[in-house]
Amino acid sequence: MDDAVMTDAVMTGGFSDPSIQSAWGFRAAMMAMARPGDILAVSGAQAPGGGSVAASVLLLVLCDPETPVWLARSHDSADLRRWIAFHTGAPVVATRGEAVFALGAWDSLVPLDGYRIGTAEYPDRSATLIVEMGALQGAGAVLTGPGIADRARLTLPEVAAFRANRALFPLGLDFFFTSGDRLAALPRSTVVADPAEVV
Amino acid sequence: MDRKVWMGLLARAPAEVLDGLWRGLGLVPAYRWLRAPEVGGVMVQGRAGGTGAPFNLGEMTVTRCALALEGGAVGHAYVQGRDKRQAEQAALVDALMQGPEAGRVRAAVLEPLAAEMEARAGLRAAKAAATKVEFFTLVRGDD
Repeated sequence: MDDAVMTDAVMTGGFSDPSIQSAWGFRAAMMAMARPGDILAVSGAQAPGGGSVAASVLLLVLCDPETPVWLARSHDSADLRRWIAFHTGAPVVATRGEAVFALGAWDSLVPLDGYRIGTAEYPDRSATLIVEMGALQGAGAVLTGPGIADRARLTLPEVAAFRANRALFPLGLDFFFTSGDRLAALPRSTVVADPAEVV
Repeated sequence: MDRKVWMGLLARAPAEVLDGLWRGLGLVPAYRWLRAPEVGGVMVQGRAGGTGAPFNLGEMTVTRCALALEGGAVGHAYVQGRDKRQAEQAALVDALMQGPEAGRVRAAVLEPLAAEMEARAGLRAAKAAATKVEFFTLVRGDD
């Protein structure tokens, strides 16, 4: 009985055709990072414990045994830990400071100052946060910067934190936002403005 | 024989020997893949003298898979080389060893496999032993 439950929750929900599906998933993640504000649809993975399809796909394509993952309180569960271990081999760490990837809802991911933001010599040694959202739309905060022709809009959980993160450039955090099977990204290079301030 | 022992046995077994024993067993259990067989590399670490600090000995090719029998038992396999059928058979043996067929599988597959591999190791050791040279230090003349 125990085995059967574990099988269903933990060992399923991965890609059925890993080489093709992970290439599609990685392509989507890359395009989202390259064009901040664009919303892309992904499919093929479902982690246990309430994580979205898009966040599951990101975990599968980004994590491996060399990328420690931190699970925020909103998403931490024994099943999800075992799912990550079985499908990616990534270690789940106890503190956000050790993490290369972090997953959770915005409320349990903040404050952002505990994560690694890289060093002057190695700005890439920083964390990428996968933020689970209720909904994801091209409205709200105004984005400008590399990869954006004029300006883009994305429903962000807040503006101040992303402004502070932009001020750290070239250090700082990168973000994926996921909701259902859709994802968008916000790299550290993007300038975020409150829609009320933009003329 | 505990799980660690049979996993190690299946991992090192020559593919053709395992294949012969598996066919001899005559079981065709229904199963579904949890992780289809995939080939990859692992870094093998050694310890000098068995107790020293670990060092990287070199990479080797392994094939792994995971499957679930209809009863729910989950079998895993990591086998050396790139023989996907061997990985499948090894995972089936692992899964069956957790169920009611365990005794039959043990007698028909694992025990003959262990004997076969011991015989091969013995043969190799005997061949090596025949080339052994004994060195003696003669008593030195200067007292």
